[in-house]
Amino acid sequence: MDSGEVIERHTLSVTVDNVAGILARIAGMFSTRGYNIESLTVADVTKDNAISRLSIVTSGLPHVIDQMVHQLDRLPPVHRVVDLTAVGPHVERELALIKVVGVGDNRIEALRLAEVYHARVVDATIASFIFEVTGTTEKVEKFLELMGELGLVEVARTGIAAMARGRDAF
Amino acid sequence: MCRQLSGAAIVLETLKDMGVDLIFGYPGGAVLPIYDALYQDEGIRHILARQEGGAVHAAEGYARSTGKPGVVIVTSGPGATNAVTGIADAMLDSIPLVVFSGQVATNLIGTDAFQEADTIGITRHCTKHNYLVRDPKDLAQTIVEAFHLATSGRPGPVVIDLPKNVQTAIIDYIKPDPNKRMHKGYRPRVKADPVEITQALDMIAKAKRPVFYTGGGVINSGPNASKALRELADLTGVPVTSTLMGLGAFPASSQQWLGMLGMHGTYEANFAMHDADLVVALGSRFDDRVTCKVESFSPNAKKIHVDIDRSSINRIIHVDLPIVGDVGSVMQDMVTLWKEKHYQMQDISAWWVQIDEWRAKQCLNFTKQGNEIMPQQAIRSLWEATKGKNPIVSTEVGQHQMWTAQYFGFDDPNHFLTSGGLGTMGYGFPSIIGAQVGNPDSLCMTIAGEASFQMNVQEMATVAQYRLPVKIFILNNRFMGMVRQWQDLLYDHRRSQSYSEALPDFVALAKAYGWNALKIEKPSQLEDGIKTMLETPGPVLVDCQVAQLANCLPMVPPGSGQTEMILESDITDNHVKKQEYTPSASSSSAATIRG
Repeated sequence: MDSGEVIERHTLSVTVDNVAGILARIAGMFSTRGYNIESLTVADVTKDNAISRLSIVTSGLPHVIDQMVHQLDRLPPVHRVVDLTAVGPHVERELALIKVVGVGDNRIEALRLAEVYHARVVDATIASFIFEVTGTTEKVEKFLELMGELGLVEVARTGIAAMARGRDAF
Repeated sequence: MCRQLSGAAIVLETLKDMGVDLIFGYPGGAVLPIYDALYQDEGIRHILARQEGGAVHAAEGYARSTGKPGVVIVTSGPGATNAVTGIADAMLDSIPLVVFSGQVATNLIGTDAFQEADTIGITRHCTKHNYLVRDPKDLAQTIVEAFHLATSGRPGPVVIDLPKNVQTAIIDYIKPDPNKRMHKGYRPRVKADPVEITQALDMIAKAKRPVFYTGGGVINSGPNASKALRELADLTGVPVTSTLMGLGAFPASSQQWLGMLGMHGTYEANFAMHDADLVVALGSRFDDRVTCKVESFSPNAKKIHVDIDRSSINRIIHVDLPIVGDVGSVMQDMVTLWKEKHYQMQDISAWWVQIDEWRAKQCLNFTKQGNEIMPQQAIRSLWEATKGKNPIVSTEVGQHQMWTAQYFGFDDPNHFLTSGGLGTMGYGFPSIIGAQVGNPDSLCMTIAGEASFQMNVQEMATVAQYRLPVKIFILNNRFMGMVRQWQDLLYDHRRSQSYSEALPDFVALAKAYGWNALKIEKPSQLEDGIKTMLETPGPVLVDCQVAQLANCLPMVPPGSGQTEMILESDITDNHVKKQEYTPSASSSSAATIRG
């Protein structure tokens, strides 16, 4: 294929029939074809639980990402695949729970930084906090980096949920 | 008023509604309710294979030769896993199948129950789609959907896994709605954009060195696609080559026919593809056996790719004009528009002069080795003797398969059955069983190798049971010939495990199954032997002893470009004398890397 392509990071939004095994089907297609998944979130998004939306963050050469879109699109339960990165401006958010253990100055500093990052304290003991932070991946990463200096012991992240900006709905 | 029916009865009822009158299968514990319903039902004929793998290949042969979907029933666990090779084969060759597998009862799923296998998990990536039906109320509609998926868009296999308690459950039967779709997102695009059709015709009319490169999609699209292809070729005068899977879509007897392309393609087909300024891919997918080294594939050609599967486009080769749609519909639109707008082809006579030069190389000539039957000659004789009968021919996989593609002239679609994508040894013999059942009045023959034939040799009993008059012509060279050829040419003659040791007496074996059989050992017996085979009613096996060390040529060695062919003249004593790339007169000297 065309040389000179560079690896790009793309966010795909995929709506699917919410049927048994759909996650295995999609995740399996990525692994059998050798595509990357950096993060994947899935939840049903309609009242009757009939349709799920997946947000997949992936990376690859542009022609490979193009292939991913078409490979997803040809699975019968898939309704629509939107390459949000290709479509244009969109918002991406993820949520992380971060446990920080410490006493004294570190503890005070952690709390102060949490305030700067609008992270909420969702659990506290005399020796620990759990922070909930929401935002872009970059923001979460940055907050994690800071907490790394201040007693970070455990992280749980949701992965990206994403949506195109503007009034158009997919 | 609702009728009360069991799940098993619903399966048969729905199959009949879908127009199915024939199924292939093998019973077992988890499908006993369906077999019991079948016992009491006169409307569906069941062909009992001798192993589930044979049943699936037979269904493939039936589908490929009739254009109708093949239907299979197998039991859970080993029944389903035995079926997997055939399912994967149908996936790669886009053959429409609906496979019912039994499953343990829903309350036992996941407990490692007797004959339990995760059929859905195992077949997930070798089916177009698969279903585990947990609720008998979903059963009928799921079957309708399975047929829709298997036969529409790019065809393929669909598996329906049926727990035993779903088969035995008695429910109020509501006839499924044939027009209701379970997957609203599944809408294959059949008709292409007229703008794209116009662009394609503009490109074709302007081309100086065009080639049509056709594939199995033309056959899958139905007889009208082959008709449209012939008309399009007629209108434009463009030379035509095809993949293995596409043979028969365009008549081999046509002056415009270049022969098959690719690894064992003809000299003229590969050079025409390489030197072309326009390649029009019609229902073909740029498989690695076709492109050979991707970097030097048709370097100076603009490319148009017509395919119903969008994911086939730009996967391996970048194309200039992608057209998503059914290849038959697209070609019909092309023909209509070509006539309407009075398109005129450029003068391409210089291109034909060049092609005739390549043809003069006579790349399919072969030299005799002693007083042995040359396998190429055997196939040619077989073709000469049968072409008036328009036979349906299947092959196994290996040298004999490529020789059949090269030396047997196919003039009609749906007459050549072979495992192209998966390359499944053991496909050919059971597939001709399905073809014969679906075409009872046709001459159905398998050209086999002695090694491949043994992979599903148990199906001789199936043939005997149903008194199918199939003819099995074994080119017996006492080697896994293609493996031996690669070992000789590429692994310095180290013939590791490729000798067919301890072969059975095929004639005696066939007779043990109640077949007629004969042996052909000398060139002088060839024509009479073939005649006897054709004149003998019922199933006949021919053990044709051929030259042991004949090579299938031309051959593009793996990793080489499409024109870097080893020809017969390049070989002495099974050694390649030279392997050099001779650029043709009209192409640039070095293959440029693009697309």
